Parts: sequence; C-alpha cells; structure tokens
Amino acid sequence: MKVLKTVKMYINGEFQRSESGRTEAFNDHTGTEYARVCHASRKDFRNTLEAAKSGQANWSKRSSYNRSQIIYRMAEMLEARKDEFVTTMTSLMGTDEKVVRKDIRAALDSLIFYTGFCDKYQQVLGAVNPINGPYHNFSSPEPMGVVVIVDSDEFKLSLTVDRIASALVGGNSVIMLVSKNFPVLTTLLGEIFSTSDLPAGTVNLLSGSAKELAPIYATHREVRALSFQNEDKELYHQVRSDSIDNMKRIIPRTEKTNTLDHILSTVEIKTVWHPIGV
Amino acid sequence: MKEETTESKAVSKNLKFEYDPAPESFPVEIAEKYGHFIGGEFVAPNSGKYLDSINPATGEKLFSLAVGDATDVDKAVTAATNAFENTWGKLTGTERAKYLFRVARIIQERSRELAVLETMDGGKPIKESRDVDLPLVAQHFFYNAGWADKMDYILPGKTLKPLGVCGQIIPWNFPLLMAAWKIAPALAMGNTVVLKPAEQTSLTALRLAEIFQEAELPAGTVNIVTGAGETGAAIVDHPKIKKIAFTGSTDIGKLIAKQAGKTDKKLTMELGGKSAHIVFADAAIDQAVEGAVNGIFFNQGHVCCAGSRLIVEESIKETFIRKLQARMKQIRVGNPLDKNTDLGAINSTEQLEKIKDLVEIGKTEGGKFWQVDIPLPTTGNFFAPCFFTDQSMSSTISRTEVFGPVLTISTFRTPDEAIKKANDTPYGLAAGVWSEKASKIHSVAAGLKAGVIWANTYNKFDAASPFGGYKESGYGREGGRHGLLPYVEVQ
Repeated sequence: MKVLKTVKMYINGEFQRSESGRTEAFNDHTGTEYARVCHASRKDFRNTLEAAKSGQANWSKRSSYNRSQIIYRMAEMLEARKDEFVTTMTSLMGTDEKVVRKDIRAALDSLIFYTGFCDKYQQVLGAVNPINGPYHNFSSPEPMGVVVIVDSDEFKLSLTVDRIASALVGGNSVIMLVSKNFPVLTTLLGEIFSTSDLPAGTVNLLSGSAKELAPIYATHREVRALSFQNEDKELYHQVRSDSIDNMKRIIPRTEKTNTLDHILSTVEIKTVWHPIGV
Repeated sequence: MKEETTESKAVSKNLKFEYDPAPESFPVEIAEKYGHFIGGEFVAPNSGKYLDSINPATGEKLFSLAVGDATDVDKAVTAATNAFENTWGKLTGTERAKYLFRVARIIQERSRELAVLETMDGGKPIKESRDVDLPLVAQHFFYNAGWADKMDYILPGKTLKPLGVCGQIIPWNFPLLMAAWKIAPALAMGNTVVLKPAEQTSLTALRLAEIFQEAELPAGTVNIVTGAGETGAAIVDHPKIKKIAFTGSTDIGKLIAKQAGKTDKKLTMELGGKSAHIVFADAAIDQAVEGAVNGIFFNQGHVCCAGSRLIVEESIKETFIRKLQARMKQIRVGNPLDKNTDLGAINSTEQLEKIKDLVEIGKTEGGKFWQVDIPLPTTGNFFAPCFFTDQSMSSTISRTEVFGPVLTISTFRTPDEAIKKANDTPYGLAAGVWSEKASKIHSVAAGLKAGVIWANTYNKFDAASPFGGYKESGYGREGGRHGLLPYVEVQ
C-alpha cells in the first residue's frame, strides 16, 4: 500500500503546513490521488509576509556578487536533482518526457541568465545624467521590496523560475502562489531553494486558490509589487483595480523569459543629485 | 531662543531694504474665450459650455475655457488615432526629432510671453516662471527630440515600439512644464496625445497648441481638451486610449488608477508627497537654511516634491530655527508679476481655504505655530510663509500634503532615526539631505525610500534627470532615459 503524503509549503526557509489545517486532494493526470496539498489561508500569507520582509532586508544587503553566486547555486542544485523533476512532472502531468526535459533545460538556462545579471543590471539600467548645471546626478535601480507572484495555472517550470529569479536579481524577496495544476512545486522547488544558501524568507512558496488569495494580496499595504501571471483576465483586472490603496506596482502576465525588462519591472529608479563646486 | 544675534540686531535696527515695484512688462494677448484644440484646429465645445479662469493674484476673470465632454474627447481621440495611423506614427525618428526641435526653438523665442501668461493664470512669481519653468519647458522638448531617432539605444538589446494614443492629465502647479513633461517624451517615442490641462490653468497649454500650429506639427498629433474632472474621466474611460499619464493629487490618482485598472491601459502616476528634508549638524548651515526655504516656499509650496517635513539634528535645532526665521522674514510676498516677488499668489481660492483649514487643524492638534508677520495684498489669494514645531509625528499637519507654504520641523539624534522618520510616510517622492560628510550622504541617500534625493541642494529639475516616486507617490519616471520607458512597449 502506498504511503500518501501531505505536500507542505515553503515559508521562511522551512516546510510548513497551513495554519488552518486545510488541505485538498491533488490528483495526477489519470485522476489518481497523489497527495494532499496545503490550502494557504490569509493568516499563512500574513506570516509569510513577515518572513519575506526580513528575508528581503537580508537579501538586498548582500553584495551583487554574493547574490549571483546564490542564484548560480540554485542552478547547481536543479541540475543535480533534475531527474526527480522529470519523474514528478511526467508522472503527475502526463507530459511527454522530452517536453519536460526541454522545459527543465530552459529553467536552468534562465537561472544562468539571471546569475550573470546580478552584478550588471545596475550598470545597464542605471545612468549618470548630464544636467544643465553644476550637478552630479545619477540614477540607480533599487529593489521594490516584497514581490508577490500569482503564477499561471498552466505550469511551465522555465516560466516560473524566470519569474522568481528576475525578481531576486534586483534584491526583492518573493512570495509565490504556485500553479494550481502543479502544487507539489512548493516542496520540489523549495528543496532547491533550501539548499542554495538563500537567506530564510527570501523565496516563499504557497499553494492555494488564486481566486481566493489574489484579492487579499492586492489589498495588502505591505506588498509593494504584485506580478499577476495567472491566465484569469477578469481576476487580473479586479486585482489591478483593487490594488490602488498603496499604489501597488502590478506586473502583467508575460511569457517571455531571460529578459532585462523583467528585472526592470521589479525595481524602482532612484535619482540622487549633488552640487559640484568648491 | 537667544536674543542677541546678528539677525535680530539687524531687524531691530530696521536695516531693511524697501523695494520699488518692478513689474514685468510684456504685451500679451489673451482672447476672451478658447475652444478645444482638436485635429490641429481650435473648436467650440460640444456642450457650448465654458468655465471662467481666474487670475489668483487679482481675483479677476482672465478668460473662458471650453468644458469638454465625452463627445469632445472622442473627437480628440479620433484625431489622435488618425495621426498615429497616418501621419505622426508614420514619420521616421529623424523627422519626429526635427518637429520637436522646432517646437523647442519656438518656445525659447516666445518664452517671455509664455512666462507672463503662466504667472497671470497661475499666480507663480514671474522670476520662477521666467527662470525655472520656461527654460525647463524648452529643454524638455529639446532633450526628448534627440531621443526620437535613438529608440534602439534606450534599453540595450530591446526593440521598443510606441503605444498609440496617450491620454494625459496634468495639474495646476506647473501648467506648461507638466504639459512639456508629458507631451515631449510621448511624441518622441512616436505616440500621439490627448491632453487635459487643469481647469485653473489652461492658458499656456492652449498657447502651446498655437506653437504646435506654428511648427506645422501634423494635425491631431497633440489634441488639447479643456475642462474639469468629468473631462478627465472621459479620457480615462475612452477605450481607444492605450495609456494614461497623470500628475496630480494621490486621491485623484487612486480614482484614476482604480478606473483604468479595469482595463489594459498602461499607467504612469506622479502623485503627492510629504518629502523629508534632513539637516545634519555637520551641514553647511546657512546653505541648508537656504535649501529649506527653497524646498518648501518654491512656487508657494505648490510642489509635489516640496520639502515639507524638515528634520533637523537636535543639537542645531535652535540655531537653525533662528536662522530660518531671519531668512523667512526676507521673503517678499505679493504681486507675482513683480520681478522682486519671492512668493506669489496661492493658485485658487479653494486651495487657499484648504491651506488655512490644515493650518487650523495643526494648531488645534498641539503644534507650535510661527508665521512671518507681514502685510499681504488685500485682493487675491495670499498666504504668509509659516512653520510648525513640536507637532507629533502622527499629527495631521505632519502627515497630510498641504501643498502650500507650510513647513513642519522635527528633530532627530542619529542617522538611523532620521531615516526612519523620513520614511515614516505612505509617500516616497523626494527627500533632501544636508551634510558635509560624503559617506554619510551616500548611506542616508541609500536608506531613503524616495525616487529623487537632493543632497546639499533641493528642488532641482532637469530634462535629463528621472523624476518620480516610490510607494503612494506613484509609479513611472519622467525625464531622462527612464522617462521614455512609460511611452513604449518593450518587444
């Protein structure tokens, strides 16, 4: 007889159950129950946000060089465990192994792409501005803070990894509500993060319902940016409209990967002036 | 406070210069009424309705402006769509650049006329409209013109495309400058525009329309629909508008973002602020006093990035306040058209009432109030510069954007405390920091959650310098390379 497990969520560097105790059955593509998955509550989100805030403070203080090495470490860990990803993804989703392997390869490439950008995006996105007067004036990117990502229902590892890694490059921490079609990602990817020297709370993975949780994320005043990658267009417009209380940055759905503009969408540009003279 | 100081001696000896009136002279023509500027022509409003525009320094009517409704806005959007699809949108970057350079030149040539009109319509001192607003207006067109043929250099490795028709809604504090900030980058990137100036200050935007005619800008490239909130709402709601750029209050900005959020329109929001102005004990104190005065009293304090929260290191509080009072007594409040005027008219009666109400609330909530005691003109909207001390951090006057010549002063002991106090606001537009120690400047600047940091200076602007806020001060940047990004789609 098979031992059924409950897939935990990845919060503050630990694997945790929902405080609500709420779980739901998750079936593989044949309809057979594979595991119970946690259903995150509003309180889970609040707790995660506290972790993500302290994770962000730690992560953004790391040097760019250090951040790049940690993202590279994620690639190393994913490479080492890719067979586990192949097995889980093919058996649960029924996707062709070749397609899955290609997706994992793309996810690895994405981690390599963003590894290299950690100590370069500042030079590419920043500027020394030529002022009409005796001033030194420069613009540089800074992290927005906690970026919440509502992932798409249709699961593709390479897109998910791009969304997380591009936010990490700029010094943000991440809370992701993972795809409802692949909720086991919380542990599968959580184990990669927990073994990559990432400070606790820097990436957090929750499972649950986008319809139920996205409106809570949208109205929370301490969430600085919400990346809405879910396919539900109606929910997107509701979230965008509801997020105005703290003028949250809303990042619309994109299927591009490995691109500078994803880093740009999770940073603020700060401009500093100083007079020149004696 | 100590009595025996050089400043108080000077005042007690009445060593005071009297200034003769020095009014700016330039014959400007203002029509009795103006229509909308749509498809390259001035047209009467669909409703037939007009609003009065008042000169806030005299209280007299200056002209009438058309009130735009959804039909007017639709006509403007149709003209802008047509220009995007057939004329302006088809031009090469080089050709767009030539038009924008030409516009910049005409603005330079007509800058005195525009400055006088700006001062008459909005009440700002002529020396500011002449020396700050107008040079920046011309620079914004000139700077952005040069980007029109360099779209491949903006975001390395990326192809950028224009968005289409942009709806732009601007405030009354820097009427022509805000029009330039909005129009110049939008056109440089190949978009077309429907712009609504504030109903209090539409005059210079309409004069800019005449400049577009003079420059032979293709009809419909820029359309100006005047009116109040309902006109703005019609722009926000128009389905063919791809992007909304708004500068104004956080309250209105949120309403617009809520409405536009239900669509796929792109948004740039430049909203309010309650910017902190930090002065360390090791600052050049006299320069910092000058900076504090410029920070809050520039443009009557009608500045979204005004340094309205002065945070002074505790050890220099008394000296700083004494010097600040002495300096504030030298501020000349009066006729905005007088070249010696420092502080002009409050933009509208409504705004004057709002400032007075907030000051009264500040007094009842326990802050100590000090105001320069000078006679104010008997007609028009005027308010003497003032500050609060000893108010609590949570008081209304400490947290609410006053948008007037009202400063709050508090103190700190450590750099960490200064940063915490500065960031203790939902806003994040700008901040100032004064210290002669460079390493301190850099560490404090890095800790401040604001889009613009002025170190040992304040309220400086440039077409090449990105401007825009963190948090509830909005999103998107205007100016510089970063100011082009809100007007393009990254491919």
